[in-house]
Amino acid sequence: MRAPDSGLPILFDRVSLRAGETAILRDVSLSLAPGAPTVLIGPNGAGKTSLIRIAMGLQKPSGGSISWGGRPAPPPGRLAIVFQRPVMLRRSVRANIAFALAGQGLSRTERHARVARLLDLAALGGLADRPARRLSGGEQQRLALARALAREPEALFLDEPANNLDPAATKSVEALIRNAAASGIKIVMTTHDLGQARRLGGEIIFLAGGQLLERAPADRFFAAPATEKAAAFLRGDIVE
Amino acid sequence: MDSAPALALLLSGDPALYGIAALSLKVSLSAVVIASLLGMPLGAALAIGRIPGRALLTVLINACMGLPPVVVGLAVFLLLSRSGPLGALGLLFTPAAMVIAQAILVTPIIAGLTRQVIEDLWTEYRDEFAAMHIGPVRRAAALLWDARFSLVTTWLAGFGRAAAEVGAVMIVGGNIDGFTRTMTTAIALETSKGDLPLAMGLGLLLIAIVLIVNALAWGVRRLGERFAG
Repeated sequence: MRAPDSGLPILFDRVSLRAGETAILRDVSLSLAPGAPTVLIGPNGAGKTSLIRIAMGLQKPSGGSISWGGRPAPPPGRLAIVFQRPVMLRRSVRANIAFALAGQGLSRTERHARVARLLDLAALGGLADRPARRLSGGEQQRLALARALAREPEALFLDEPANNLDPAATKSVEALIRNAAASGIKIVMTTHDLGQARRLGGEIIFLAGGQLLERAPADRFFAAPATEKAAAFLRGDIVE
Repeated sequence: MDSAPALALLLSGDPALYGIAALSLKVSLSAVVIASLLGMPLGAALAIGRIPGRALLTVLINACMGLPPVVVGLAVFLLLSRSGPLGALGLLFTPAAMVIAQAILVTPIIAGLTRQVIEDLWTEYRDEFAAMHIGPVRRAAALLWDARFSLVTTWLAGFGRAAAEVGAVMIVGGNIDGFTRTMTTAIALETSKGDLPLAMGLGLLLIAIVLIVNALAWGVRRLGERFAG
């Protein structure tokens, strides 16, 4: 049972997005509902990032419609996103998390307790007072995740969450994502890393050329992709 | 020109000379504080707000960054003169009038430079704040806070303008000895009277103050960058 102000399910109905003459998304219809993590894969330019930006309400589609729990706009605070290159506010690690909690009607004690819990969750307790911009790439990504989780969203969008991270940092970021998913948060993420898609994905959405070509449970998708383009992508061929 | 008398005057701790310096600092710093209170929110609003006529306002503020001090002095004089709209306040030929004139000169500088700094940071923060549903007032406050060390340069530019200007304070202050005489107006007066040691002493003091303020600001900025990222 979702909260009355739930933003889920997110329903895309023949959504398209154009940038001038270029079609970025074409007639995409899908539903993002509570459940296992959804991983968006596809070649560069497939429209993965645009799709999650539209799902977050950050970008308006050129055509079609989208709704959040039956509403025409996403309810504030119920959805969160971590961008491919997360913005670190020019503050300490602790203040970056506290910023997301300000104006939430929490008492000072509650806010401090939640910040401390999130710092522990992201294994950043020892770096709490360090300027966020001085952290390593992996630490910044963990901080961005902790900040996104601060408002206890019901859905978390992640755009290439482990891009350019070393294996150890990737492992810790994936642990955080698993943890969030296990707590009931709907994860929707993009990745270029097929190994990561196998490790984290409950279901896979395959996009190419702005079209949603395939949606299937992860094990079935990787064992027997239904479309030729998806099969070619999994083989490592160049797919347009 | 022998600068020894000027240095001797400086080292003697002459109360008249240091009184002039203290008044100059008080007037210029007060003007910068007032201009910051007005100019920084205005600059932030221009950078991130959807204000009608935003482009026109930006051009106007940028143009006002080069306002001639004597023109501002004349305008404030007319406002504060006995027959002017604010004449009843009795502020003409007081340090308060000098602060008002300098604040008018400095506000566009602080607003214009703040707009540039905040606009750059806004480009970086925009998506993150949109995703967090941060309202416009909190957005502006957060951007100003995060840009605080970059804004030091803005304050320096404002202080430099205020400390160096002579035309406006001369007109609205009247250069009254012991009351509204500042370093710049005193330098102009003493030079015309031929008292070059005092003029040079004041000049050296003014340069030293500007250097110290710049060095302090540089230190604050470096420390800020180290500790706040």
